[in-house]
Amino acid sequence: MKSDYDIIVVGAGPSGSMAARFAAEKGVSVLMLEKDRDVGYPVRCGEAVSKAGVSEFIEPDEKWISSHINNFALISPDGTEATIEFGDAGYVLERRIFDYELAKTAAKAGAEILTRAYVNGLLFENGIVSGVKYEYRGEQKQLSAKIVIAADGVESRVGRWAGLKTFTDFREMECCVQITASNINVGKNTLYFYFGQNVAPGGYFWIFPKSNNAANIGLGVSGMVGKKKSALSFLNEFMSNNFPDSPILTSIAGGVPSSITLDKISGPGIMLVGDAARQVNPLSGGGIASGMIGGSIAGRIAGEAILRNNLNHILSYDKEWHSRLGKRHEVFERIKNGIYNFSDDKFNKIAQSFNSIPKDKRTLGRLFTTALLNQPSLLVDIAKVFII
Amino acid sequence: MYRQAKTGKLLIEILPNKCDFCGCCVGICPEDAIELKEAEIYIIDERCTNCSKCIWSCPIEVIKFNKEGVLSKSLA
Repeated sequence: MKSDYDIIVVGAGPSGSMAARFAAEKGVSVLMLEKDRDVGYPVRCGEAVSKAGVSEFIEPDEKWISSHINNFALISPDGTEATIEFGDAGYVLERRIFDYELAKTAAKAGAEILTRAYVNGLLFENGIVSGVKYEYRGEQKQLSAKIVIAADGVESRVGRWAGLKTFTDFREMECCVQITASNINVGKNTLYFYFGQNVAPGGYFWIFPKSNNAANIGLGVSGMVGKKKSALSFLNEFMSNNFPDSPILTSIAGGVPSSITLDKISGPGIMLVGDAARQVNPLSGGGIASGMIGGSIAGRIAGEAILRNNLNHILSYDKEWHSRLGKRHEVFERIKNGIYNFSDDKFNKIAQSFNSIPKDKRTLGRLFTTALLNQPSLLVDIAKVFII
Repeated sequence: MYRQAKTGKLLIEILPNKCDFCGCCVGICPEDAIELKEAEIYIIDERCTNCSKCIWSCPIEVIKFNKEGVLSKSLA
């Protein structure tokens, strides 16, 4: 290991690994630090992702695909199930393997990786970020870098230390719990989304099938809801009502910053990617694909900045992110605020009228159209998604 | 200057044996007052304002308001 690097990436999730890989592909020196013992573990994620979202970065491989998804089922508060077929749309991942494989692609490109390295501060030179302080096996150490890429997830402390405003308002944090349970008899190629005040107010409850009749079951509620009733209480109720005797294989908590991207995701010597930059799709809460896109853009730009010997180049990352996805997320955010505020009655009506459409004619577009009849002002926002 | 509670004491308690170390509270803390390692968490007394947002954001209810006051690990 060297004592100084061109680029240090903090955090080895999907966006960190993509940042490390795309930077290393430019031939510059890259080190990726991970605070946990393992890359990819513990998994804090529902693990569903679209096929297009991952295949841009890694060849699909059955070893990290737990199930193939070609159906979405939306369940309204009165139990009406609206199903949409999608063809081969996506996967439920085995993240502990997936993240590991992504990190290996970064290593293959030439990045160094160190686990159990807990970054707890930044170094500065003339007010510009110039490296990291970290704890490694009980010892306090430091490393210099020309650029630090913060991929430190929902916590997003590295960016704060660099002077960016990263904390998420508690009302915009989806506070999640999830269990992976066994003996869950649901369609193995269907993602299930439950809506309603009783199951997941202001968000959705999910059942995402995994191999061998297991499934990820969980929900997120905003801190605003959590003030009155925690995500855990909702999950426990759902399980005792629906799957009282299912063996539980894992049980995790997690936070999804379900907001638009931060105002600034780069600064002198610093770039933010993935959850740390709040690059999550605010409508779905999905952050794997968008985080990898953010990571890949940041990594490439950081590499270019080193090669051109022009560190100001990293500031162009904000603009590139916004034109690729950031602006779209702003529209998703408005749609989310429209949809998730629907009353139970409205959800029921949408599901019922959607089901009156012949099955082979049901598309996501039709679902939105049906939703729109109940909330015409959303039309403008939805139109924008397809135009941008 | 920052602690709203009349006593000035730290009144937020994270139950370390029940915490899942997920980082939700860290991400919403306006004061960067929570230190989270792989499996260790504590509130930085000098920064916490007892605002309680972390309590509301904890998905598994392991952050509690303790009106008696809490002994905190200090910022090194």
